Amino acid sequence: MAMKRFGDFLILLVALLALWQGLYAIAGETTITSPIATFAHLGQLMRTEQFWGHVTETGWAFAMAVMISLVGGIGLGTLLGLNRTSGVISEPILIALYSLPKVTLYPVVLLCFGLGISAKVAFGAMHGLIPVAIFTMKAIMQIKPVYLRTAQVLRLSPRQVALTIALPAVLPEVLVGARLGFSLSLLGVLIGEMFASKRGLGFLITNAMGLGDIATIMSVAVFLSIFAVAANALLLLIDRAIPR
Amino acid sequence: MTREGWIRLSVVLAFCVAVEALCRFGAIPHTVFIAPSEMVISMLDILRSGELNADILFTLRNVLFSSAIAVGLGFALGALIHSLPRARGAVEPLLASYYSIPTFMFYPVFIVVFGVGSQAIIAIAVLLSIVAMIASTLTGLDRIPSVLRKTARIFRMSPLARAVLIDLPAASPYLFTGVKLSFAYAFIGVIASEFILSGAGIGYSIAYAYNNFNNQRMYGLMLLVIIVATAANTALDTIDRRLQARLRR
Amino acid sequence: MIRAEDAPTTRFIPADTQVHARLTGVTHVYGAGPSGARLHALGPIDLDLKRGEFFAVVGPSGCGKSTLLDVLAGLAKPTDGEVTFEGHRVRGVPDGVGMVFQEDAAFSWLTVRDNVSFGLRRAGLEAAETARRVDYAIGFMGLRDFAHAYPAQLSGGMRQRVCIARTLVLQPRLILLDEPFGALDQQTRLLMGDELLRLWRETKATVMLITHALDEAAMLSDRVGVMSARPGVFIDFVETDWPRARDSRIVSDLRFGAITARLWDKLRIESLKSMGTTA
Repeated sequence: MAMKRFGDFLILLVALLALWQGLYAIAGETTITSPIATFAHLGQLMRTEQFWGHVTETGWAFAMAVMISLVGGIGLGTLLGLNRTSGVISEPILIALYSLPKVTLYPVVLLCFGLGISAKVAFGAMHGLIPVAIFTMKAIMQIKPVYLRTAQVLRLSPRQVALTIALPAVLPEVLVGARLGFSLSLLGVLIGEMFASKRGLGFLITNAMGLGDIATIMSVAVFLSIFAVAANALLLLIDRAIPR
Repeated sequence: MTREGWIRLSVVLAFCVAVEALCRFGAIPHTVFIAPSEMVISMLDILRSGELNADILFTLRNVLFSSAIAVGLGFALGALIHSLPRARGAVEPLLASYYSIPTFMFYPVFIVVFGVGSQAIIAIAVLLSIVAMIASTLTGLDRIPSVLRKTARIFRMSPLARAVLIDLPAASPYLFTGVKLSFAYAFIGVIASEFILSGAGIGYSIAYAYNNFNNQRMYGLMLLVIIVATAANTALDTIDRRLQARLRR
Repeated sequence: MIRAEDAPTTRFIPADTQVHARLTGVTHVYGAGPSGARLHALGPIDLDLKRGEFFAVVGPSGCGKSTLLDVLAGLAKPTDGEVTFEGHRVRGVPDGVGMVFQEDAAFSWLTVRDNVSFGLRRAGLEAAETARRVDYAIGFMGLRDFAHAYPAQLSGGMRQRVCIARTLVLQPRLILLDEPFGALDQQTRLLMGDELLRLWRETKATVMLITHALDEAAMLSDRVGVMSARPGVFIDFVETDWPRARDSRIVSDLRFGAITARLWDKLRIESLKSMGTTA
C-alpha cells in the first residue's frame, strides 16, 4: 500500500518534470531553461566557492531567524495563552499581524538595523514568530480543563503539571506552528535578500535577473525548493513520531 | 463590543500613544521613525492630493484579480482532486510542503516571461494563494457529514443535484475560510512583488519613497496599507465567523 | 396501572396481511472482492414485512442492524439473496421509501420550512400542493412556531422532528428509522416515540425501527425481531399484540414486563458475545 502511494508520488514528479519540459518547448530558451540544463547549471554553481558563500550567508540568517521565531514565538504564545483574557484579547491582534503584508514594514527594519545580516534575521523572525506564537497560544488555551482537574486531584506540583501534562498536550499544535514558522522565516529572509542585500541566495536571484541569467534564477530556485521540501519532510517525520 | 473588545482597543491605543510620546520626546530618532500622528497626516495628504491614485488603484486591481483567480481555480482544482482519490494521494504530500517552498523566488521567472507589469504580479500572487483554496476545498468536501450523502440517495438525487444542492452549501463554511485566506495571501503577494520589482503600485511607491529618503510619504503609505489590509481581512474574518456559527453543527 | 376508562377499545387486526417487503436469504459481506478483508456483517436474513405493521429490530452492537436497513432501502446491495418491495426487486432506492437516521441530517443552511419542502420541490409537485403538504407536516410535527428558524437554533429532538417531517411530506409507504432517537435523552425519546406512533397511524405506512433500547421496541411495535451477534441473523420474533391506538403509557400494561424480559433473555447472551465475553 505504501509502495503504491510512493509509486503514485513518483508518477506525479515525472509528470511535473514533463510539464516543465513542455513549457520549455513552448516558451523557448530565453524565457526558461529546460530541466536538464537547469540541473546541469546547478551542478556547475555548486562547484564554485561563491555559491556556497551565498548559501552560508542565507543559511546563517535563516538559522538565527528560526531560533528567534521558535523561542520568541513559544515564549510569547505561552505567556499570552496562560491567561484566558489575555489570550482572547491578543488573538485578533496576532491574526491581523499575520495577515499583514509585512514587506510593508521592511524599510522600518532597515532603518533600525541598517543593511546587513541583522536586518535579514529580523525579516525572517518577523515572519516566523507570529504563527508560532498563535499556534502555541491557542494550544495552551485549549488544554482540556479536565486534564488540569486530573492534575489537581493527583496533587502534582506546577513543574510536574507543566512537563508531564501541559507540554505533551500542546506539543502537536506547537509543532504545526513551528513548521509554518520555519517556512515563513525562510520566505522572510529570502524576500529581504531580494530587496536589500548584496549577498545571499535571494540577492543571487535578483542579480541574475538583472543580468538576464535565466539558468541561475532557475537553478537557485530548484536548489531552494529541494532544501525546503526535504526539511519539511524531516519535520513531518518528527511530527508523526509524536504520539497523540 | 465585548469587554475584551474594549480592552483590546485600549491596548492598541495605549501602544500608539506610547509610540507617539517616544517620538515626540526624541527617544526615537526622526530619521528612523515618525510619530503616528504625522503618519496619519501624511496618509490623508496622499489620499487628498490624489497623486498616488493610479498606484493605489493598480494595487487594488491586482489584489482583486489574483484573489478571484485563486478562489475560482483553487476551488475547481480542489473539487477535481477530491474526486480522484489516487491523484489526491499523490498530490497531498506536495500540497503539505507547498508553503515551505518560497514560491516567491519564482517571481523573477515570471518577470522574464511576462515582463514587468500586472501579469507577473498576479501570477505570483495566485501561486501563493491558490493552495490555501485547494486545501480548504478538500477539507470542506471531506467534512460533509456522510449522513447528508445518504439523505441525498434516499431522495434519489442525481450526482449533479447533490453537488449543487447539498455538497456546496454544506461545505461553504470551509470554502469561505479558503476565500478569506486566499485574499490575505494574494494581498501579501501583490505588495511584496511591487516592492521587489515593479514600476507601479503601492509597494513600489513605498520602496521609491524609501530610496529617496522620503520618510513622510513612506510611512503615510505604510499606514494606508496596514489600515486597508487589516480592515479587509477583519471584515472577511467576521463573515467567516458568522457563517461558521450559523452553518456548523 | 391502566384504568378502565383508558382501556383501549380496539385491537389491531391487520386488514391486509399482504407482504409489503420481503428479504430472502439476504447476506451482506463487506469487502467481498478478491483482495481486502472480508467482513461477514449480516445474514442470512429471511424476513417478511407485513403491510402497515410496526416492526422493530433489536440486537447487540455491530450485529448488522443498520446494514439490514440499508439493504432494504436499496442503499446497499446484498451479497446474496433477494430483496423485494411491493413485489418488485429492489435496485437502488425505490419510490415510496423514506428514511430517518440517527445522526442529524437536517440541512443547516435551510430554514425548517425549506428543509421540510426540500424533497417535494425536487419532485416537481405544483406549488399549491407542496405548500399544503408542507404546512400539514409542520403542523403535525409541532414545528409551526419554528418554521422560519434554522436547525442550529433548535434542540436535538426538534431537529429530528424536522427530519421526520421532511420524510413525511413525501408520503412514503415504507418508513425506515435507524436508531432515530439514539442521541436524545430518555424523556424526549418517550415523547418522540408517541409522535412516531401518531405518524404511523396517520400515514398507515409500514414502519421498521432499529433501536438498541428494548423498552422502546417493546412499547412501540407490533412485532420485534431479535438479532444475534455478528453476523446478525434473526433468532426470535416476539408479537406484542398491542392495540393500534397506543402510546408510551402502554408501559403500565402487565404484559410489558414479560415482553421486555423475553427480549432481554435472548439478547443478553448475544450482547455478551459481541462484547467478547461469555455468560
